[in-house]
Amino acid sequence: MKNVLQKLVNKSLFVLLFAFSYSCSNDITERNENFTKLNPSNTDEAAGKWKTYLLTTPDEFSLDVPIATNTAAYTREINEIKSFQANITSEQKRIINYWAAGGVLRWNEIMRTLVARHNRPPYQNEDGTYPAPSSANPFDNPQFPFSNPPYAARAYAYVSAAQYDALVAAWHYKKLYNRAAPFTVDNNLQVLVPKSSLPSYPSEDAVLAGVTIELLKLLFPTEIAYIDGKAEEQKLYRIISGANVRSDVDAGIILGRKIAGKFINRAAGDGAGAAIGTPEYWSQLQTQTAATGEIPWKSQESPIRPPMLPLFGKVKSFLMSANDVIANRPVPPPSTKSEQFAKELAEIKRYSQNNSKKNMQIVTFWADGVGTYTPPGHWNAIAAESFAEQNYSEVRWARNMALLNIAMMDAAISCWDAKYTYFNPRPSQIDPSIKTTTGLPNFPSYVSGHSTFSGAACTVLSHIIPAKAKDYQAMATEASNSRMLGAIHYRSDCEKGLELGKAVGAFAVARAITDGAE
Amino acid sequence: MKKLYLSCILLIPLFMSSQTDIDGIMMSKNNFCVGTVYQYSSWDKYWEGTFKRENLNLGTVSTKSIGLMGNYGLSDKLNILFSLPYVETNASAGTMKGQKGIQDLTLTVKYVPFEKKIGHTTYSLYALGSFSVPVTDYAADYLPLSLGLKSKTASLRLMGDVQSGNFFSTLSAAYIKRANITIDRNSYYTNNEVHYTNEVAMPDAISVNFRFGYRSNRLIAEAIIDSWTTQAGGFDITKNNMPFPSNTMNALKLGLNTKYTLKRIPELAVVGGYNFVTEGRNIGKSTAIYGGLFYVINFKKTEHDEKCTTKTCK
Repeated sequence: MKNVLQKLVNKSLFVLLFAFSYSCSNDITERNENFTKLNPSNTDEAAGKWKTYLLTTPDEFSLDVPIATNTAAYTREINEIKSFQANITSEQKRIINYWAAGGVLRWNEIMRTLVARHNRPPYQNEDGTYPAPSSANPFDNPQFPFSNPPYAARAYAYVSAAQYDALVAAWHYKKLYNRAAPFTVDNNLQVLVPKSSLPSYPSEDAVLAGVTIELLKLLFPTEIAYIDGKAEEQKLYRIISGANVRSDVDAGIILGRKIAGKFINRAAGDGAGAAIGTPEYWSQLQTQTAATGEIPWKSQESPIRPPMLPLFGKVKSFLMSANDVIANRPVPPPSTKSEQFAKELAEIKRYSQNNSKKNMQIVTFWADGVGTYTPPGHWNAIAAESFAEQNYSEVRWARNMALLNIAMMDAAISCWDAKYTYFNPRPSQIDPSIKTTTGLPNFPSYVSGHSTFSGAACTVLSHIIPAKAKDYQAMATEASNSRMLGAIHYRSDCEKGLELGKAVGAFAVARAITDGAE
Repeated sequence: MKKLYLSCILLIPLFMSSQTDIDGIMMSKNNFCVGTVYQYSSWDKYWEGTFKRENLNLGTVSTKSIGLMGNYGLSDKLNILFSLPYVETNASAGTMKGQKGIQDLTLTVKYVPFEKKIGHTTYSLYALGSFSVPVTDYAADYLPLSLGLKSKTASLRLMGDVQSGNFFSTLSAAYIKRANITIDRNSYYTNNEVHYTNEVAMPDAISVNFRFGYRSNRLIAEAIIDSWTTQAGGFDITKNNMPFPSNTMNALKLGLNTKYTLKRIPELAVVGGYNFVTEGRNIGKSTAIYGGLFYVINFKKTEHDEKCTTKTCK
């Protein structure tokens, strides 16, 4: 009897262990592993004529005439492809599968990773002050940059706009030189990706790699080795897959790099470097708001942290003039002494006390706080997943991403302009019993950044994919509401923020209508 | 008869407020021990990776929990145990709201395959299999104020116990397998990459526990050393970042436990203890204090006086 019991127990322990190993061996498939290889239904052959952001003409930067496809030198380039293919490794196959989903898409993902990696506020000094990241000494503590939402919005915009201009130039030269793709020249050549009917010189992927690495070196200087590694992969992918020969790729890198220079020059003078302000300016913001009889914003962090990028509202936009920013500035928030304000504060207190599971989920889903790719990154992820279904050409991918990201950079500019014009306190500052279910951002309340970004993004995306307009609208409203549910914003912040975002997004839509792509 | 009551479970407040019983004591057949334990643990310093720091925006983070526990003797060699805690978290500074709710149900099967007495010394071997499962839909992705990590876990512990007279020592080691969890975001950043999924792979862990002290029918007093080591797949909190459920979380804990069985009411026992983290990684340097009451119900009184086979019934 005893033995039977013993055996039974031994067996059940064994079964138990086996059961866990089985139940826990679930591998995770991530959404970005499921993108199919880019195979555009429309190659946008005429994109060389689309309107650029900074290039005066698509051939502002020259590109050498390619060697002819009937030369021995060209044949050697074909042989290079064949020799790679003869000894292809599983790692090379992985690289091909990864990049074949699209260069704009993958660089956009890489950017989101870089933003998330650097989106961490500096840790305080011993004396309770905070060190500031320095682009001159990027490896110092804290590393440069702190890719907070405005920094990220601007970074996404520069890279996207530069990629777009570079691809317009690439399309121009493709048409001009009309050099056939290697698989057209040599019928025996294997092609490991969908064949494009476009001329292959210069390689669009190499143009993308060239322009992007130069901009990312500026924006994320501690990441150059990582960025170079990705660019090398992308170049290799084009050659091993048989989509381009080496000279297509080399030419693309050169062209991309030249075009990047124009954007780098613009970035140096757009005012973002000075957006952090000075201690004098920080205290001036306080006194000038107090002078109006309103309660000025105060950092709720300990030690007191300086406000985030108070002069970001002065950064030079791609599509809006300084006067446009002022003209679109929201009306002042309800006075902290008004009945309206008391009513809105009470509403937020209620959310703080009663946060249902559903509300918590909404707050968390849209939080996009420290250590994430920020709200603009979230909208990039949403856009990328939508665009991947649309079978766009690389140049249309770039154009749409540029419209989205320029609109969100303008949202950052306009929102920060409002925040530091009104310097309005957060709910928890006025009533410390208001506890939040997401991190309290260290900048003034009015208007909500999430709402402004989301209003702008949903306006642009709805124009690009009208069939999904309702979905984007619903997402924007939920993202905006999440800030009230998390008890960090008043209703006015969210509603006026959404309105502002939509107004800002309209500038990008106006451009979309006239850029030659529609 | 009173010799039996001692075998009521002695609780070891384990890592992340999950509690299980890993002592060298068994309930006798048909005895059911039920009790409740209140624990208060708090920290004001934590390890961000290996960097020990404070966070003035959290102040002191405290966790109060009250657990319901039970242990039933299916036989003298086979016990079934459960525990179910209600947890409340709070940060004394900053704006973040604490959480409260019922956490995870743990079920454990405890079995003694081997026991031998040589002279005055009893040697015994135990095997413990445990499952834990969250019973409410709390948010794991709300560290350091979440109620728990929300991962379903399964663990197997092997334990050896030596008792000589009233002195004993127990050494045990367990492997804890953790299932993936889902969080309320559809992407997250960890291990240098953004992951586009709401599923998070949770690293497994190994727990090693050593305890020694005095054990008699009336009183148990013991010191414990407990180590919890996250296995591959966990990552450090990066500089000034928020913690994440799949972080590596290691802890070395020291503690004292006592249990006293009342003379007048031998069914009733009082437990209490104190423990603190001395070394850690990506966790709070917490100090915990607990106290509780246990009561033994004997469902078949007649069988018992003879049928006491474990070493506690000397």
